[in-house]
Amino acid sequence: MAVHTINFEPDDRYNAFLKVCAKPSHGEGKLVGIAIAVKDNISTQGIETTCASKILKGYVPPYDAHAVGLIKNAGAAVAGKTNMDEFGMGTSTENSAFGPTLNPRDTGRVPGGSSGGSAAVVAAGMVRMALGTDTGGSIRCPAAFCGIVGLKPTYGRVSRYGLIAYANSLETIGPMATNVADVSLLMSVIAGHDRKDTTSHDKPYDHTPSGDINGLRIGVPEEYFGKGVDPEVAAVVRRAIGRLEDLGASTVPCSIPSMEYALAAYYVICTSEASSNLARFDGVRYGPAADTRKSWHAAYQDVRKQGFGPEVRRRIMLGTFALSSGYYGKYYAKAQIARENVRKDFARLFQDVDVLCGPTMPMIAFKLGEKSDPLSMYLSDILTVPVNLAGIPAISVPCGKVQGMPVGLQVMGRPFEDERVIDVAYAYEQAVKP
Amino acid sequence: MIDADVVVGLEVHCQLDTKSKLFCGCSTDYRNDGPNTHVCPVCLGLPGTMPVLNKRAIEYAMRVAKALNCTVIPESEFSRKNYFYPDLDKAYQITQYDKPLAVGGYVEIEGDDGKERKIQLTRIHVEEDPGRLVHMGNAERGRYSLVDYNRSGIPLIEIVSEPEMRSPKEARKFLNKLRATLEYLGVFDSEKEGSLRVDANISLRGSERVEIKNITSYKGVEKALTFEVTRQKNLLRRGLKVERETRHYLEARGITQSARSKELENDYRYFPEPDLRPLRVQSWVKEIILPELPDARRERFVQQYGCSLNHARTLTGELKMANFFEAVVAGDEKNLCALAATWIADTLAGELNYRSMGIDMVDAKSFTGLLQLLREGTITDKSGIEVLRVMLDRRLRSELAETPEAIVSRLNIAKTSGDDAALTGVIHEVITENPKAVEDYSAGKNGALNFLVGQAMKKTRGCADPGELNQLMVAALKNREQ
Repeated sequence: MAVHTINFEPDDRYNAFLKVCAKPSHGEGKLVGIAIAVKDNISTQGIETTCASKILKGYVPPYDAHAVGLIKNAGAAVAGKTNMDEFGMGTSTENSAFGPTLNPRDTGRVPGGSSGGSAAVVAAGMVRMALGTDTGGSIRCPAAFCGIVGLKPTYGRVSRYGLIAYANSLETIGPMATNVADVSLLMSVIAGHDRKDTTSHDKPYDHTPSGDINGLRIGVPEEYFGKGVDPEVAAVVRRAIGRLEDLGASTVPCSIPSMEYALAAYYVICTSEASSNLARFDGVRYGPAADTRKSWHAAYQDVRKQGFGPEVRRRIMLGTFALSSGYYGKYYAKAQIARENVRKDFARLFQDVDVLCGPTMPMIAFKLGEKSDPLSMYLSDILTVPVNLAGIPAISVPCGKVQGMPVGLQVMGRPFEDERVIDVAYAYEQAVKP
Repeated sequence: MIDADVVVGLEVHCQLDTKSKLFCGCSTDYRNDGPNTHVCPVCLGLPGTMPVLNKRAIEYAMRVAKALNCTVIPESEFSRKNYFYPDLDKAYQITQYDKPLAVGGYVEIEGDDGKERKIQLTRIHVEEDPGRLVHMGNAERGRYSLVDYNRSGIPLIEIVSEPEMRSPKEARKFLNKLRATLEYLGVFDSEKEGSLRVDANISLRGSERVEIKNITSYKGVEKALTFEVTRQKNLLRRGLKVERETRHYLEARGITQSARSKELENDYRYFPEPDLRPLRVQSWVKEIILPELPDARRERFVQQYGCSLNHARTLTGELKMANFFEAVVAGDEKNLCALAATWIADTLAGELNYRSMGIDMVDAKSFTGLLQLLREGTITDKSGIEVLRVMLDRRLRSELAETPEAIVSRLNIAKTSGDDAALTGVIHEVITENPKAVEDYSAGKNGALNFLVGQAMKKTRGCADPGELNQLMVAALKNREQ
């Protein structure tokens, strides 16, 4: 395979890149010569991968994540690694050990998170496409806040091998770009079975977006327009759904009762898994080294106290508590029941409707530093986490503005019907094209 | 207090003898290689890696479950056992917790009362081995420790018994039977260093239970438990209480020592491993065909070869010994069975044990040759042992092998028989040289005969048949009296 290089010198005024590859090489294929930014929690062989954490500073993976290998094989050039909330834990990219990323639409605002860097580099036009990851909305939220398109694929559709785990049972790698066609193109490269990830499915994605949604049945869950959702955002999204009706779709009002518990269940599950996943960062094998003059447990404590940021430490402690004996039944086991109820609610709704539509985020991008208490930050995830609990595909596509800031329309589909949510987003995008 | 008051339960960890590790493709054949040479991103627990289950390991574990009459659970599950330790690269061990591969089952042993008894099993589950720490100096005072992840990810099965053994000896028998079964199944190599680790629970009835961790040899289990029985009995005798605690077995000193370490008070925070799907093996387990197992082979040895129960038990107690026996008698079963059973189960086993040799170091063909010499009466039993020792010692020193015939002729130890003039000469010599004993014999002292035969035996360097020699001596003495 011929190897070429491109010059990549982005004007990164948003602290969106943690690492830029100035002259990335590339081969041939359907992504030939396209510069693709990769979120910093996705392993890249020979390129430092830190998850925006001090604890992984200096860690250079000896292998590529499966998805990274696929984009390279398709001729793409890895343009660099993008900023994020440390280990994916956040909704604003403010929780990065290397400083927050700014929203290219308004540098006084956050780009959303945790894939804020990936969204910003796409929104600012530095790259055409980016890989993000979505554990509880981390692709869709920054896509909505920055006014780009982001797909959270069905759980198992894209290999997670090489994605540095935060919450294994919830997260996935997914494509981000300025338009639906590019998201679909990137998805066609990264989807499919990988024998190194035994939770991945043999469901390749080979699809050309179609704008024909005549006869499509759209469920509109009342919870997505209720308490906590900015009425202006809700109004913009309702208008967008109206455009879909104009294109021949019909809408059905519906309800997801289990949403009441979804956020709590989500935070119990993701922190529990995180407490285990992040336990390996101890300074023995990579990252800043442990002080060998101390006993190993004292050295571990130092490394972890200094290496993790406050939000990561908070979530590790929450998760450790939720899994401890005597509390497991009260928290982790209950959260799994709530999760099952969310899954059942979606399955029930999808017997009547083809997709569900609502806002991606309950508000527009907030100002830097605006959400200073963790709880209000967690509450902003309310519309994205149900999708991760159920493992279904969802896309965020720009659908208008509020106070000059973009709003995202979220389209959620049946498991392994990523093609359908792409089509709905494509139909909307084409209909509003100037 | 008698031993009937001892209650022992075992948790046995065995490395499954697969070619690759439990969750990655790394080779398990690491013992002769340098540290950290059999590792990859997965078994090093590098960020982003995921486990891929080795089907062969599960198949091996199911063979064991089936052979031990366990109930294989239709849907079992892997869980994470979370704890910090430098040899555990992910800071959790992937193991099975509330949904193990199999439950129930039993191991049948010969109890101390001589009766066959079933020791019930609680469960069998599959898990990964952690890496290994190498302490520079010793663990407490050494300057630092090194870590070797070659062992990280080696498949293990843990077999947990109910507390149904009543003595350290029964525990040893349980282990021996288990080892034999696993070897017959072709899933375990007991000769590999560190392939077996045992935690033992022991209590004296009415007292607290003590757990002894990390016993790494078969003999060690019996020794550790024997030490613990004595220790606990002594405490009770002095009116003290046995504390409920965990103790470490110090192999070199043969003692157990209290492990008052915080690490053992862990809350492991088990939860299902999200990177692996549940294990559904119901249809698979039906397809598994078991080979002949130790009990069946023992029965066959009694039936087919006419072995005594004890000989059959010893011979089939180790796969290699059973195979060796069958290789030796093959072709001449009728003539060799009885001889081979004694010579292998009693003589050879003892000589090998003395030299710490494995039976696979003995050439079955040469051994058959030795048995033929014995059967034909070419050599006496005593000379047979001498020949065997020469054979083993030469092998041990890696010297060129010598046939039994060659050894007999080189040492000149072929049997001297009655129609041999030499033997008659020896008898006369002895009679002439020991007039006092001859006199005693004539006076009716039977002990004198034994003395005289002994002297004659000495002169033939053991090459005469003792019975024959006895007859000849009596006849010669009688002739003399007439």
